[in-house]
Amino acid sequence: MERKRFQSRALLLLMLPGLAYFLLFHYGALVGNVIAFKEYVPFDGLWGSPWVRLGNFQRMFEDGAFWDSVLNTVWIAVLQLVFFFPVPLALALLLHSLTWSTVRRFVQSVAYLPHFISWVIVVALFQQVLGDTGLLNSSLDGMGLHTVDIIGDPDAFRPLVVAQVIWKDAGWGTIIFLAALAQVDEQQYEAAAIDGAGPWRRFWHVTLPAIRPVIVLLLIMRLGEILSVGFEQMLLQRDAVGPEAAEIIDTFVYYQGIVGGDYGFAAAAGLFKGVIGALLVYAANKVAHRLGEQGVYK
Amino acid sequence: MSAGTRAPAARPGWMEKPRPVTQGAKAVALVAVVLLVCVPFLVIVSTSLASTDEVVANGGWVLWPTEPSLDAYRDILDGGIVTHALGVSAGVTVVGTLLSLACTVTLAYALSRPGVFGGRPVLLLVLFTFLFPPGMIPSFLLVKELGLLDSYASLVLPVLVNVFNLVVLRGFFQGIPEELYEAARLDGAGDWRVLFSVVLPLSKAALAVVGLFYAVAYWNSWFYASLYLESDHWPLQQVLRTYVIAGSGLTDATTGEGTVTAPQTVQMAVLVIATVPILLVYPFLQKYFTKGVLTGAVKS
Repeated sequence: MERKRFQSRALLLLMLPGLAYFLLFHYGALVGNVIAFKEYVPFDGLWGSPWVRLGNFQRMFEDGAFWDSVLNTVWIAVLQLVFFFPVPLALALLLHSLTWSTVRRFVQSVAYLPHFISWVIVVALFQQVLGDTGLLNSSLDGMGLHTVDIIGDPDAFRPLVVAQVIWKDAGWGTIIFLAALAQVDEQQYEAAAIDGAGPWRRFWHVTLPAIRPVIVLLLIMRLGEILSVGFEQMLLQRDAVGPEAAEIIDTFVYYQGIVGGDYGFAAAAGLFKGVIGALLVYAANKVAHRLGEQGVYK
Repeated sequence: MSAGTRAPAARPGWMEKPRPVTQGAKAVALVAVVLLVCVPFLVIVSTSLASTDEVVANGGWVLWPTEPSLDAYRDILDGGIVTHALGVSAGVTVVGTLLSLACTVTLAYALSRPGVFGGRPVLLLVLFTFLFPPGMIPSFLLVKELGLLDSYASLVLPVLVNVFNLVVLRGFFQGIPEELYEAARLDGAGDWRVLFSVVLPLSKAALAVVGLFYAVAYWNSWFYASLYLESDHWPLQQVLRTYVIAGSGLTDATTGEGTVTAPQTVQMAVLVIATVPILLVYPFLQKYFTKGVLTGAVKS
């Protein structure tokens, strides 16, 4: 008993720096959300500024620009769900089907790499390839064809951001599918093959049922995060295409608060997103549990 | 269970011989994936090595420079704004990674021991932040109130411990057999001794992955710099954003002269310099993916 208490004290001491970080920079900052119910006056600071109760939220609900940003966020999230989501799955199936392991490992390494490249560099690379004077347009020009304005065109923005996400994270997204595929019992394939099932039927009756839980889980979790699309990605390109195309909730908060100085109003929008987002993730987990999956947390 | 490392066996006996068409389609798809990733990098490296005249003549980019030269690199590494930014990025990455690792390891270790006082509530406290982040404006105001504006600490302290990394390490520590703890304890080792002489030596792979994750995150970070720092303290990624993406002119902080847009070759050289460290650490990171450190964590 004596020793147990001693050990416990050492552990508490070890816990201290990390715990202090979470208390200060997460819970301390969380408390700062009271600014959403105040009008921020720089001179009075966070605590001295006058209360406006739900005034900021009222303004927000009546602000067309805010709802446009919500709509943009959901639109882009849905497009990513439809067009990004299947790509890692397809790529994982392709990689898994390779019997030549050297090639498989090489392609895997190459495909994971863009995940570690910063958004600044990704956006710059896309400019170099698809921009006015980029690889694509100078080639088109050289062949005497019309050039296409992709980077600065608001109408092309949504496909562009989806393409960027695919380039950056499709390879990385294969990890979880590959792990699921690796767990499929090889004997099931063999038994199916002996029973005369061809590659397609084996895929349909063995592979798909085996990895369906992972697919369903990831889909549900992605639906829970429908209010979160890449903030850095949008912020980097908002100037090029304008807010009509690129404003999402997070950039709305940034431009109203950090750029515009309207902290109370911006914090209200951020808090709105935070609460709805947390509820959605929570609900998504509940649904995942109900379907017998593990969810992200227990 | 590691990601996709099915034994490198050849085609099993029951599997039918693949048709040439299928083989061809697969090969095309694989080559396409590799090219899509590699060609953009090739373009920036080639353009950074070409002469300005050649770049202009070719319309803005070069796939293979005829007379490669390091002039662009000499320009930016000559003690100007990029050199300074490079130093800032390197410093923040090294110091930040060490601090983050220290705080993550200690907390993860404490939370991995069964029956530690307050362990359960602290774990819930930590996991809740994952579900409900505090938000941009309150975080900004907190950094301001703490007087951290325009200090390098503002790039590190607000992101000191990453919940995902913490969970990875905690899971790894929990996987260490209980007998090893018992043995060390019978030898009279306290919790500190156990951490340093038993746990850490056994966790090299996990520490490497988490450390590299932190390093990559610090190196790639630009938004906090734009939020908290004056422009003469900016790290490389934020400088890159301003001069390459926004296309603003290069004002040299030391000489104060020149606001002309930097030539394409110079812009591409900055891009390459910002990418190279990632490419250098990537093989090490890659080595551990196959060891299953991550997949175990992804599942938990």
